[in-house]
Amino acid sequence: MATKIYQCMQKIGEDIIANKDFLTDLDAAIGDADHGINMARGFTEVLQQLPQEEEDISAVLKKTGMVLLSKVGGASGPLYGTAYMKAAGAIAGKKEITLEDAKNMMEAVIGGIKMRGKAERGEKTMLDAIEPAMEALTKGLEAGESIEDCLGHMCEAAKEGVEFTKTIRATKGRASYLGDRSIGHQDPGATSSLITLEAIRTFYLENIK
Amino acid sequence: MVGIVIVSHSKKAAEGIFELAAQMTGKDHRMIPVGGMEDGSIGTDAIRILQGIQEADDGDGVVILADLGSGVLSSETAIDLLEEDIEVVIADAPILEGAVGAAVQASIGGTLKEVVEAAEQAKTLSKR
Repeated sequence: MATKIYQCMQKIGEDIIANKDFLTDLDAAIGDADHGINMARGFTEVLQQLPQEEEDISAVLKKTGMVLLSKVGGASGPLYGTAYMKAAGAIAGKKEITLEDAKNMMEAVIGGIKMRGKAERGEKTMLDAIEPAMEALTKGLEAGESIEDCLGHMCEAAKEGVEFTKTIRATKGRASYLGDRSIGHQDPGATSSLITLEAIRTFYLENIK
Repeated sequence: MVGIVIVSHSKKAAEGIFELAAQMTGKDHRMIPVGGMEDGSIGTDAIRILQGIQEADDGDGVVILADLGSGVLSSETAIDLLEEDIEVVIADAPILEGAVGAAVQASIGGTLKEVVEAAEQAKTLSKR
């Protein structure tokens, strides 16, 4: 039987692929209209190439990152590829992950995206979803909340972050060419990050809790 | 000889620029075009760029000429993934003019620093 981490990656992949047109439409408004197509192409390949019985979570995430690097094509390839590889590095060799691990993974992911994209929060990027999500998860963890509550707060914060991207102008990537005209549109990268976090939460509630 | 990797979203663009630059050097070059995705579609692929760097290097280092956006991000990712001790520099230069300048400098035995400088001189190349 496929491992939980494989099933979780499958859930993330299926949700990204199901949102292909939505993500591409968002990107058409402020970018080059390829985010959904690229991410769907990447995750289709991830689902084909991931080992279904590998129990080492870091090995599965590293493989995911490598496949995304070579199959996505656009800037989201190196960004998501780096993100998954950094997440893998934060939990090397582990077969189970705790909330504390999840926090460490998200911190590593944020560090990786900032390094690769030379971006900071507030520039209308995936960081605007992931960084507040990490902070909400950390707050819940420190307050001793349940995993379910922590993941709930994490997703709420990511969703608010995506809403926030509608109010700001892009300074990174193709959308920056539009200047103030990018205001009013939500960021496709922040949106695919939210879809990823929600898929993880849903998977936890349905299959692990 | 310093190696040169030409990274473009388009397979045709990378190969075309390679052709132009190679015309200046004859057979005397270590230049590798890495364009598009494996299936020929538009995009960049960090893993193939990584292989291009390994192929282009003979110990003297490698200069990358990249096009827009993910051309640079994927090149940086490829450098991070590199396990061998190869010195690699992404030239801050226009891809076509930079590749031609770099190819000439590399073919006459320029050092990595000199090849990068030759590529970056293309930034100030005036066309009017």
